[in-house]
Amino acid sequence: MNIFVCVSHVPDTTTKVQVGEDGKSIDPSGVTWILNPYDEYAVEAALQLKEAREGEVTVVCFGPDAVKETIRKGLAMGADKGLHIKSDQPRDSFGTAKALAETLKDREADVIFCGRQSIDYDGWQMAGLLGEMLDLPSVTVASKLEIKEDGSIEAEREIEGGMETVVSKLPAVISAQKGLNDPRYPKLQGIMQAKRKPIEDVEPSPYKNRVEVLEMSKPPVKSAGKIVGEGPDAVKELVKLLHEEAKVI
Amino acid sequence: MNLFEFSEEQNMLRDMVREFVNEEVKPVAGQIDENEEIPQDLIKKIGEVGLFGTVFPEEYGGGGFGEVGYCIAQEEMARGCLSTATMIGAHMSIGTNAIFLGGTEELKQKYLPKLCSGEMLGAFGLTEATAGSDSFNVRTRAEQDGDDWILNGEKLWITNGGIADVVSVFARTERGVTAFAVETKWDGYHAGPKEKKMGIRGSATNAITFDNVRVPGENMIGPNGRGFLIAMKTLDAGRLGLGACCVGAAKELIELSTQYAKERKQFDEPISHFQAVQFMLAEMWAITYAMESIVYRTAVDYDAGKKIATQSAAVKYLCSEGLDKVVDMAVQIHGGMGYSRELPIERMYRDSRINRIFEGTNEIQKLVISHDVLRRNGAWNV
Repeated sequence: MNIFVCVSHVPDTTTKVQVGEDGKSIDPSGVTWILNPYDEYAVEAALQLKEAREGEVTVVCFGPDAVKETIRKGLAMGADKGLHIKSDQPRDSFGTAKALAETLKDREADVIFCGRQSIDYDGWQMAGLLGEMLDLPSVTVASKLEIKEDGSIEAEREIEGGMETVVSKLPAVISAQKGLNDPRYPKLQGIMQAKRKPIEDVEPSPYKNRVEVLEMSKPPVKSAGKIVGEGPDAVKELVKLLHEEAKVI
Repeated sequence: MNLFEFSEEQNMLRDMVREFVNEEVKPVAGQIDENEEIPQDLIKKIGEVGLFGTVFPEEYGGGGFGEVGYCIAQEEMARGCLSTATMIGAHMSIGTNAIFLGGTEELKQKYLPKLCSGEMLGAFGLTEATAGSDSFNVRTRAEQDGDDWILNGEKLWITNGGIADVVSVFARTERGVTAFAVETKWDGYHAGPKEKKMGIRGSATNAITFDNVRVPGENMIGPNGRGFLIAMKTLDAGRLGLGACCVGAAKELIELSTQYAKERKQFDEPISHFQAVQFMLAEMWAITYAMESIVYRTAVDYDAGKKIATQSAAVKYLCSEGLDKVVDMAVQIHGGMGYSRELPIERMYRDSRINRIFEGTNEIQKLVISHDVLRRNGAWNV
């Protein structure tokens, strides 16, 4: 079975992100980069599938040379090889999906996994776009997944206020939701082997972004709370302030 | 040249162990202390990720991370639980390492893969009633019987003594102190009850006795009569791991104390606004910076094959003294809460104290250092 996992190289969740000097990108200084947490579920799903069947897992990532570190995290977890689509130019979701699709289209993928979203730009688009571009079914936000011997898929998806069960068939694109599995820790020997596993470099065809970032800003700083008094006497003052200052009533 | 630029693999190792400790160790560290036992399923998980073989080459089933990697892993483990770090250290850095440093290729092949995977747990058996600081004064006897050796005697304060599968035992033959790899399932091996200790209560410390234990000749570690040298070489590395544990605990205490000082208010202000508290944090940081520096400087030298007996004695002495100062200030910053068993500070205070005693008391370390200094007429040689 030929299994691919598309991963993303994102700032650590504990990093305090700053807007760069250009006002429309993240300042990369002091940022620790990690394998996108939702992609960890995707890597785990791929490894479990490989262990249940014969197969090979390839970790794919689009971006500058720095993303090789994240590819190697996938290799340390147990993937067999890496595929690096090299680009120093950031792309919108469509452009990234296009680069992934043109790279994967002739590689006879049985399954393409990805995380439900990357936690940097939060596009939530990759599985849908990839499915369309490769003319494959896409099962998104899967929190439970069974891939049967005959290639049929049964998945549970989280939808607003409930769960949905869907069936489909391989080859397919599947995006992973939290809870799909419990991602393994990379073993020490896996970490050492990662640097010896092959990573293939490919160049994407040129692309002009269809969506342009104009500005990035941090959310407004929360102002300090104010205690207007205690007990029933304070209600009058509170109502007045809500009406005149906050203008919410 | 940058001495302290860790490689991508070393950083990945640290990230992995930190996550493992946050998820698997910290939540049970209090329980490990209360129950005086490390849960079997935690020991199993440590084996699964490979943390029983970090330091050893990959061809023996180890992680291939050397002493620097071992120090990184122990540092992170000690952030969560010094009992667990001690169990791993006794197994790997001294128990198994004696076989690795002194054993024949056959002996290494026989035990290292199983010890690295966690299928077997190791321990180090040197200390006796008469051989504490005077460690050469070993009374346990080994007498030859055909190809085998018959062991009789008693060892004290053996970490993992009651839970190990293989113990590197130092016994006296007619040629002097000699090391043997002894399987605890063999007839005549007995472990006494667990010692009741002040700290690192989860780590199993036992007296062990040998009552006519028959050891095959192939299990002799190194040449007959050369065991003391193996013990000393093993302990050189062990002391670095101990220093790394002190660094990890100190870093954790700085983090906890800083968070607490920013939250805890007195006189309507966070106590971090008071210079008395700021100065304690500054001292804790400065001491820990020095500790971290000597641990990794010495570990890099050890991996490069340099002799580090004097340096590792200094690491052991300074790091254990340093941690005791840091943990004492951490209790002080936390006030009553530092004395309460609700927070990990109290446990870390008790756990810290052993570091100045085991793997050679600090007084013995100072003897080692001073002998070297006097021998060189004070000339600097590192």
